[in-house]
Amino acid sequence: MAAVATCGTGAGSTGSVVAAGSKNHVTSFQRRGPRASGSDSSYSRLVSIAGTRPSVRNGQLLVSTGLPALDQLLGGGLAVGTVLLIEEDKYNIYSSLLFKYFLAEGIINGHTLLVASAKEDPADILQELPAPLLDDNFKKDFDEEACNHKTAESNIKMKIAWRYQLLPKMEAGPVSSSRFGHYYDASKKMPQELIEASKWHGFFFPEKSSSTLNIEPCSLTHGYIKLLQFIQNIIYEEGFDGSNPQKKQKNILRIGIQNLGSPLWGDDICCTENGNSHSLTKFLYVLRGLLRTSLSACMITMPTHLIQNKAIISRVTNLSDTVVGLESFIGSERETNPLYKDYHGLIHIRQIPRLNNLIYDVSDVKDLAFKLKRKLFTIERRVE
Amino acid sequence: VTKGKLTLLCDANTDGSFLVHHFLSFYLKANCKVCFVALIQSFSHYNIVGQKLGVSLTVARECGQLVFLEGLKSSVDVFFRAQAEPHPLQFLREANAENLQPLYEFVREALKPVDDGEAAWRCPVLLVDDLSVLLSLGMGAVAVLDFIHYCRATVCWERKGNIVALVHDSGDTEDEENNILLNGLSHQSHLILRAEGLATGFCRDVHGQLRILWRTPSQPTTQRDQSLTYQYKIQDKSVSFFAKGMSPAVL
Repeated sequence: MAAVATCGTGAGSTGSVVAAGSKNHVTSFQRRGPRASGSDSSYSRLVSIAGTRPSVRNGQLLVSTGLPALDQLLGGGLAVGTVLLIEEDKYNIYSSLLFKYFLAEGIINGHTLLVASAKEDPADILQELPAPLLDDNFKKDFDEEACNHKTAESNIKMKIAWRYQLLPKMEAGPVSSSRFGHYYDASKKMPQELIEASKWHGFFFPEKSSSTLNIEPCSLTHGYIKLLQFIQNIIYEEGFDGSNPQKKQKNILRIGIQNLGSPLWGDDICCTENGNSHSLTKFLYVLRGLLRTSLSACMITMPTHLIQNKAIISRVTNLSDTVVGLESFIGSERETNPLYKDYHGLIHIRQIPRLNNLIYDVSDVKDLAFKLKRKLFTIERRVE
Repeated sequence: VTKGKLTLLCDANTDGSFLVHHFLSFYLKANCKVCFVALIQSFSHYNIVGQKLGVSLTVARECGQLVFLEGLKSSVDVFFRAQAEPHPLQFLREANAENLQPLYEFVREALKPVDDGEAAWRCPVLLVDDLSVLLSLGMGAVAVLDFIHYCRATVCWERKGNIVALVHDSGDTEDEENNILLNGLSHQSHLILRAEGLATGFCRDVHGQLRILWRTPSQPTTQRDQSLTYQYKIQDKSVSFFAKGMSPAVL
């Protein structure tokens, strides 16, 4: 812990300047992770949240997206308080997989989940999460991996029990791993007991659409207003915004919103060019306001290829923090292109936020492709 | 510090926020009273970058030099709870907000001259980051232009202050409202700073190109507007500029 603390303060301006500087109105929790001038006690309290780590560059608190390769491309992970927008691939195959990885990572780390969808019942989504690979031998060959897995399973069970005794009692769940970012086996399902042990809230739009509104009609569509109220309610009630300081252990709220902007949410921007052009952007703005003032991180998948009005896409990009686009090769001419034969699609990192900084981590590599190989999702530099 | 000027910051294909941070720290160091309408990031973000550039926003806010409207945080308050008094971001609650008058009132109140003889600041400054967000939140381009017009009358003409505002240039994405806003403001500005991404794409050593254009909007242009172009690289605590093609990495 001490080593991490010095790393954090070193990343900012020099210690003496910072200490002599402002006296911040430090609340019992800090919105955006440990600042260089924050007090040490609150810093160590934040670092001790499971599944988070401070960024090497600016001390910003990060959570894993569920895909260690993506974490690396985003500069270490997803910053708490920010929005990750995934532009869906054409048939929503890989983006929904990324969505599931994000949620699975939350369960493994004991984070609280908030799953919102207009298409599938959140309970069903949770049933289909991939199983984590807890064995460190996953990098071996596939055959070896298959039989290792069976023996490793029983070993893991024993390891868990052993670890469990040594860990302090407030760790959540029987599977507690101090690793940041896990690998998942997309062909296996998450064990039922893990799902049941986790804390989650579901928002299934068709169920909620009938209840009445108690807010004046503004230009947001019904579905978005209800979703915002739901999110705000959870944040407030469970103290993610620091409103219940007597809660003993801080936790992260992972919000996952699926297919935002699709007609299933009641929005018509995918149907017509002159649709309600402000509903989605207003929603994103208020959502980001909620995130910035709470310990939460959000992943949204959006079918941007369906949005008719291109101006909305650029506005949505400007209103999000991190934007990643997925382009799958299915059904396109690239599928038969020998250049792309090893891969399933391309990943475009469209935007990375500059948080608390003038600069940001930008990887040199711009040609990135992904493949779903042997049940693992890997992202690689495209080899010419 | 020149007075009575409207400076337009514009970015195309790149992030021009470093210009906002620069002007914020510049005016605070120059002892001006600043009203910062920060719609796109949180207070702590500007504060931390400001510290790298040598100013402390918290101190400035406490002693009254800086009036900070934190858009993201205030929007949550406005949206979920009905406010007793008109709030600058009132339009978030309304279906068809006509204009940005509450926001203008806020700015006018923030920059009104203090009469009780305490330490007088130099000219008042209004800084907005950024105006394109207002379009995303439902205001029309005309409403935003009216807002700037009112602010200009009060801040620049009446109180001899400055206005600096950032607008995104959406390029070829057919954002008509944004183009109207950008063109309208370009026409009224005294100084335009335009940060552009390089035409050749991403480069590690040259982050972009900055075009500086001086204008005299009130007089007929008998002389040509002056312009300069630099390329720049953003570093941790500063930005280094160099002439086109003269990046240290290339030479």
